[in-house]
Amino acid sequence: MLLLDSESEAQFRKEIRAWVRQAVPQLGGPPPERDWQARRRYDSAWQRMLADAGYAGIHWPREYGGRGASPAEHLIFLEESAAAGAPDLGVHFVGQLHAGPTLIAEATDEQRAFHLPRILSGEAVWCQGFSEPGAGSDLAGLRTRAVRDGDHYVVTGQKIWTSYGPVADYCELLVRTDPDAPKHRGITWLIMPMDSPGVDVRPLRTIHGDSEFAEVYLDEVRIPVANRVGAENDGWRVAMVTFGFERGTAFVRELITARSHVADLAALARVLPRGAGTAWDDAGLRRDIGRVAAELDALWALTKRNVTRGMVGVIPPAGGSAFKLSYSETLHHLSALIIRVLDRAALSMDDLPGLPTGQLVHAQLHAFAISIGAGTSQIQRNILAERVLGLPKER
Amino acid sequence: MHFDLDEDQRALRDTVRRLAEEVFPVERTRGWAEPGGFDRAAWSALAELGTFAVYQPEERGGLALPVVNAVLAYQTLGACLVPGPLVAAALAADLDGDSGAVGGGEVVPAVVVRPEPGAPLLVEHLRDADVVYVLDAHGIERLDPAALTATPITVPLDPTTPLSLVTDLPRGDQVGDAAQAARWSLLGSLLSSALLVGHALRVLDLATAHAQQREQFGRPIGTFQAVKHMLADCFARGEVARAAVDAAGVIIDEPGALDITEPGSGGGPAVRAVAAARVLAAEAALLSCRTAIQAHGGMGFTWEVDLHLHLKRALLLETSYTTSDAAAEAVAQSLQRVP
Ligand SMILES: Cc1cc2nc3c(=O)[nH]c(=O)nc-3n(C[C@H](O)[C@H](O)[C@H](O)COP(=O)(O)OP(=O)(O)OC[C@H]3O[C@@H](n4cnc5c(N)ncnc54)[C@H](O)[C@@H]3O)c2cc1C
Repeated sequence: MLLLDSESEAQFRKEIRAWVRQAVPQLGGPPPERDWQARRRYDSAWQRMLADAGYAGIHWPREYGGRGASPAEHLIFLEESAAAGAPDLGVHFVGQLHAGPTLIAEATDEQRAFHLPRILSGEAVWCQGFSEPGAGSDLAGLRTRAVRDGDHYVVTGQKIWTSYGPVADYCELLVRTDPDAPKHRGITWLIMPMDSPGVDVRPLRTIHGDSEFAEVYLDEVRIPVANRVGAENDGWRVAMVTFGFERGTAFVRELITARSHVADLAALARVLPRGAGTAWDDAGLRRDIGRVAAELDALWALTKRNVTRGMVGVIPPAGGSAFKLSYSETLHHLSALIIRVLDRAALSMDDLPGLPTGQLVHAQLHAFAISIGAGTSQIQRNILAERVLGLPKER
Repeated sequence: MHFDLDEDQRALRDTVRRLAEEVFPVERTRGWAEPGGFDRAAWSALAELGTFAVYQPEERGGLALPVVNAVLAYQTLGACLVPGPLVAAALAADLDGDSGAVGGGEVVPAVVVRPEPGAPLLVEHLRDADVVYVLDAHGIERLDPAALTATPITVPLDPTTPLSLVTDLPRGDQVGDAAQAARWSLLGSLLSSALLVGHALRVLDLATAHAQQREQFGRPIGTFQAVKHMLADCFARGEVARAAVDAAGVIIDEPGALDITEPGSGGGPAVRAVAAARVLAAEAALLSCRTAIQAHGGMGFTWEVDLHLHLKRALLLETSYTTSDAAAEAVAQSLQRVP
């Protein structure tokens, strides 16, 4: 067992480090948190720089314009990017991690030739139109209807919680093409241009107060049949294929950020007055900070294990769901600690004079995004119990 | 990077498991703490496999494998509820000559961590020990067991681990310096954590099997989400703890990790990794043991079913060489150094 880099990995790390350190200063400072158009420009500028240097789609296969990096190299790339203060994927999250890999696996040559270069260069932003008001955890219960009309599908319905919807060019859209089939068998996967007539994007305010996601109303939107990926009524399988692309790296950037939040929190605890001394003098609080740091260390180790397994195949739900569930719980522990340490300073989302607390107050709400998005913690427990432990299904 | 078991490590784990199941079936080890319970033949069989000398050099009769292999072997020993001074034997094998007396099983050691003044000194396996080592921040001392004043505890919490109350602990001969003592503390904590993870994984297997087979309201209790979710939590915590413990084993193997010259300095990545592993392992083991007992209902409350043996052993291990609180404190103190 080896946690350290192999020789070739060490070489790769050196190369990435040298590049990313000189590249980041050229990008300029990040845009205001709530200005999504500016964020799109910023994330796309970085994506362009990555593409020009040959690092875009680092984990995509070479024949589709990627770098063909192994999961371990992908991990190194993410580590070095974070250490240098480079942006994460931002608005390119869906394109790079979800839509792109799905197109690679399932799309036609024409679809790939058109879309993949645009995703890699940062020109096209994608969003994911899966969830609906009536179909969240029970995603296969989705009802947005697509009716065939010549060489088009006419789509009517509503999507919700569509991240990056307000700034996206394309949507990976799940629609119901056969309402009479069993629910998993009547679904189709379509590429929807967001500027199609009949698409109405209504930004929703998140718990953070910004408009990261949206409702997307679809009123007789005409989508060419040529935009279908996979066969008609085979969309559930197509949607699930992407999960097979997850090779243990999905939460790396997240985890690095959480670890730095713990370090920040410890530093703040050392200066925030409490009683006659500081918050850090409270042994109970201090140990709880130690516990959360220990959990994040352990999750880092589990990430390395999942990445190792991702080198030889697909991460089984044992690894992925165990990670996501534990990570969600740990973030909620961290959130509670942030509140305990900051005390009334946690009431302000703005930094206070001399106290860089705004980021932590923000982070403290982020835990819910992880424990609700992409399969809630309860759904992860169902997956672990049924698919890993082999306990009987409820129905 | 390759952070997973290789073929040899799987083989080692399977060999340990086979032997543990053969010479330490639970029916036999249940009476281990009773007078005459210590089975020297079984202990020797375990030693002959190299269990206590996994990371010792060949000159000392060891297998000359990385520490992480011992960590894997100890997870299996925990899972199989193997009794005896397992961790003490691995530590004391450091002091073996070429005869490999401890590693070979001829000499049975006990290790005492010197307590805070005034705290009762309860020592496990003293009854069976041929030699006693006393560990504190300054170094390691060796004592003849007869030199200690001790009374056996008639009803130890863990019925498979004999326990004594030591009322006089004289000074012995110094056999290790502060650096060696720090090494023992770290390895002792890590191997105890490995045992804890073994318990966590084993009781989850037992609880899962029970949930599949026990029926109430006309269906297996594992159909109920309340049961499912508590077992799923145990699984997730067990996986995370296992990764932490394995990682600590790997980090300890990195060159220089155990060259701890300044005791109590807080140490480097190895100290942090071992402490983090301990926090996770103890939490996973106690959560899983408690959950498994709950999932068994009334059966879980009986002496017959093995679950209480795992819980009680886990409670013992939770305080071996460090505690969860002390480990959490060590991680907290490392936060200024390791970001
Ligand atoms: C930050 C964020 C970003 C998102 N981005 C996107 C996106 O880009 N595109 C997209 O399509 N979707 C997106 N989602 C939607 C997300 O996938 C859903 O919110 C999630 O799957 C839960 O569905 P729901 O909101 O309908 O909640 P529900 O499914 O209604 O769940 C409500 C509660 O019931 C529980 N519950 C439901 N079913 C079960 C069950 N079988 N057993 C036990 N408990 C159960 C849940 O755990 C939860 O606590 C996003 C969500 C968040 C929070």
